[in-house]
Amino acid sequence: MVKITVDPVTRLEGHLRIDAEVSGGKIKKAWSSGQMWRGIENILKGRDPRDAWMFTQRICGVCTTVHALASVRSVENALGMEVPLNAQLIRNLTQSLHALHDHIVHFYILSALDWVDVISAAGADPKAASSLAQSLSDWPNNSIKRMKAVKKQLNDLVASGQLGPFANGYWGHPAMKLPPEVNLMAVSHYLEALDYQRKANEALAIIAGKTPHVQNVIVGGVATAINLDNEATLNIERLYRIKSLLEEVDGFIKNVYLVDVCAIGALYAAWLPYGKGVTNYLSVPDMPLDTKGEKFDLPGGTIMSGKLDSMKSIKSFNDPYFGKNVAESIAHSWYNGDWSKHPYEEETAPKYTDFNADAKYSWMKSPTFKGKPMQVGPLAQVLAGVATGDKLTMKYANKALKLISAVAGVKVGAEILHSTIGRHAARAIRCAMMSDLALKHWELLVANIAKGDLEIFNPPTFPKGEQRGYGFHEAPRGALSHWIIIKNGKIDNYQCVVPSTWNACPRNGKERPGPYEASLVGNPIADETKPLEILRTIHSFDPCIACAVHMVDPAGGELAKIKVL
Amino acid sequence: MALTRREFLKGISLTVAALGLPAEFIPRMVQAAMAKKRPPVIWLHFQECTGCTETLLRASHPDVAKLIFELISLDYHETIMAAAGHQAEKSLHDSVQANKGKYICVVEGGIPTADKGIHCKIAGKTGVQIIKEVANNAAAVIAIGTCAAFGGVQAAKPNPTRVKSAGDLIKGPPVVNIPGCPPNPANFLGFILHYLTFGKLPALDKLGRPKFAYGRLIHDHCERRAHFDDGRYAEEFGGEGHKLGYCLYKLGCKGPQTYANCPTARFNDVGAWPVGIGHGCAGCTEPGFWDNGSFYERLPEIAGLKVDEAGGKATGAVAVAAGVHAVAGVGRKLAKAKGGK
Ligand code: SF4
Repeated sequence: MVKITVDPVTRLEGHLRIDAEVSGGKIKKAWSSGQMWRGIENILKGRDPRDAWMFTQRICGVCTTVHALASVRSVENALGMEVPLNAQLIRNLTQSLHALHDHIVHFYILSALDWVDVISAAGADPKAASSLAQSLSDWPNNSIKRMKAVKKQLNDLVASGQLGPFANGYWGHPAMKLPPEVNLMAVSHYLEALDYQRKANEALAIIAGKTPHVQNVIVGGVATAINLDNEATLNIERLYRIKSLLEEVDGFIKNVYLVDVCAIGALYAAWLPYGKGVTNYLSVPDMPLDTKGEKFDLPGGTIMSGKLDSMKSIKSFNDPYFGKNVAESIAHSWYNGDWSKHPYEEETAPKYTDFNADAKYSWMKSPTFKGKPMQVGPLAQVLAGVATGDKLTMKYANKALKLISAVAGVKVGAEILHSTIGRHAARAIRCAMMSDLALKHWELLVANIAKGDLEIFNPPTFPKGEQRGYGFHEAPRGALSHWIIIKNGKIDNYQCVVPSTWNACPRNGKERPGPYEASLVGNPIADETKPLEILRTIHSFDPCIACAVHMVDPAGGELAKIKVL
Repeated sequence: MALTRREFLKGISLTVAALGLPAEFIPRMVQAAMAKKRPPVIWLHFQECTGCTETLLRASHPDVAKLIFELISLDYHETIMAAAGHQAEKSLHDSVQANKGKYICVVEGGIPTADKGIHCKIAGKTGVQIIKEVANNAAAVIAIGTCAAFGGVQAAKPNPTRVKSAGDLIKGPPVVNIPGCPPNPANFLGFILHYLTFGKLPALDKLGRPKFAYGRLIHDHCERRAHFDDGRYAEEFGGEGHKLGYCLYKLGCKGPQTYANCPTARFNDVGAWPVGIGHGCAGCTEPGFWDNGSFYERLPEIAGLKVDEAGGKATGAVAVAAGVHAVAGVGRKLAKAKGGK
């Protein structure tokens, strides 16, 4: 048996370490450990609840926007507030435009290099790459000329001897299986992805002031002033600029991203059995269509043990099914004690005791729903859509499965989604859905403004005494929730239960491994000194570790040196 | 570090072999190795949110592909590099060894110092150790973002992990601060381009910020300034004044005490910036901006003048009238505004 440690796990946000026991070329056991801790929640104590979103958004600059949304929703929930319809729709545009950027970046920049051999692409035949790409989609930028240019750029880079971020990658690794032409096509799309993710951000900045870290989401609504008769506000010129950018990005998502994920996934069909892990899924409904948060365009709820007929929907921003069933355990986390508590009841005394696989080994806590570990993310959301027969989900899920079947040469169904590759496919499906929804909510916004409604804000008032509330949001990485206790207008307790904590958490009090840990078990490892396969499965979750570990206390333990194996 | 020609050729052949490239790459690589190198850049992450890296993905001139393939050699950057674990460590180690004293080190994030720095570890090393080994051996250090420049959000009261800025800990190379949460990528790239083109640091202010980006108050170049001067204020989000694009001072704008080029550089190539859509400036390029009062409370003081809570009346009005105009024409108008109408 060999023990391996990957630290740092790169191409993700934050500082993550993965340990695994390998024998007979397969992972037998795995541990996921968050390596950074900042203490945002403690910093929030005593502050003005209206400011919380500004702080929490800084939990993560990759998942920028998401902590802002969850935060204002938690305060509004505590105060029993609604927000104007325009504000709801502008927030929906904010979240969907951000999601488009985020999913594109995740696939191409943060995870494609686990599957695509950049150096092999340098030796590809541009003609063959072009005809292959054209057989998959009629994207205009799949020409021979383009493939030639990309090949040259790549060769120049390799020949320069300064590979920069491509240095020491897993090039030529036995688990890399794509033909050079597919690799070249993917590298070409990697470079284009950089342009399209930027366009999504440009559209977002028009309503949000800037990105990363939008500045338009406020408690009670949004700060984006609307006035069709003013040059300094959201007017028809700004609205149409958003739409044109969005349409360009939409083309890339439907003709390139979704297609690449399915094609590359199908070419790695041997990987379909790997990476299942925890099959309890949690998603929350989002893209609200009303001022209260009772009607949504994205379905959410729980699915237990992978059984679609166990689907139980979460129905509103106030649904006690969500509010009552979340807890966090610290059995294996670097905090004092061993308990499992509802977020409102949590108190945190950190105690760092070195990496000890049998005891405490991570700064992350272990969230549970009804006492069970849950997998969150686009897969959970797409499965909720499939389980409820949601039309939009079915449209793109069917498209993706059809394409995977065609390229792999075998008919596959939704069951393949419970896997490492399935998580990528689900993310691409969700991205296509979000692109449709961004356009739809743009139309809804314009239609509402056309009615003469320019409202964007309901002022919050903070009564004396205590109020409790939570706000959830289906972020690009999955179900996110913020829990707040307000006392006399000031923050008394603040907890964030974030997607990457659900997924990257250590074992809980019942010794059940978290989704990362469970999904690694059974993964093949061809070369223990180059554990590329670990990256594949971990990256498929789209890890975000700054998000996952955000608690801190002035106390803290003594340093005992971590050994890098 | 003089290599004999034989060693040099051997190194190149090994590289070519390690990359699985055909032998015909050897002469091209030899040529490239003799040619001018792209300057090596090592990018370190500590307590941060990666927003500063994300901001680079939004840059357009140059865009990130041009930056990393043509202008610099980004030898280590955890968010985008292909390698991980030992292979990533190797990239870092190789570049530090080969380019000692010559590389640019970018620091993103604050560095926790409580309990010997255990709150942030990478490959088993604390942030403090990595700063010593990597940043101290650079030619110059860029502290990107308010976290690296001034400690940032994790340093907000009560600063639980005792976060320090890069400048607090680095000994040796000059440290240039590019604050902002995150900063405009134009400011980071502007510095890089300046340094590569002119071979020296640009002029800095007393907080170590390049003057080309942090030389003036936001308030000085703000498009809403005329409204401020004439006493036209937004009183509430979505209210009349807000819909007319009036000054956001009463909604908490920190522009009058924040040095940055947001109103001139703008964001994301669409002419956007926070004040432009209707939200006050948060003050994110200034040290300690997290502890300067609520983002929705008006500044109590502008350019040294106390502003009366009730109605935007400057108590220094007499002095202003007497001609302290240079500090604040603002005060005069504010006084005139009486209640801000
Ligand atoms: S207070 Fe803010 S919005 Fe008003 S002029 Fe100054 S910077 Fe602009």
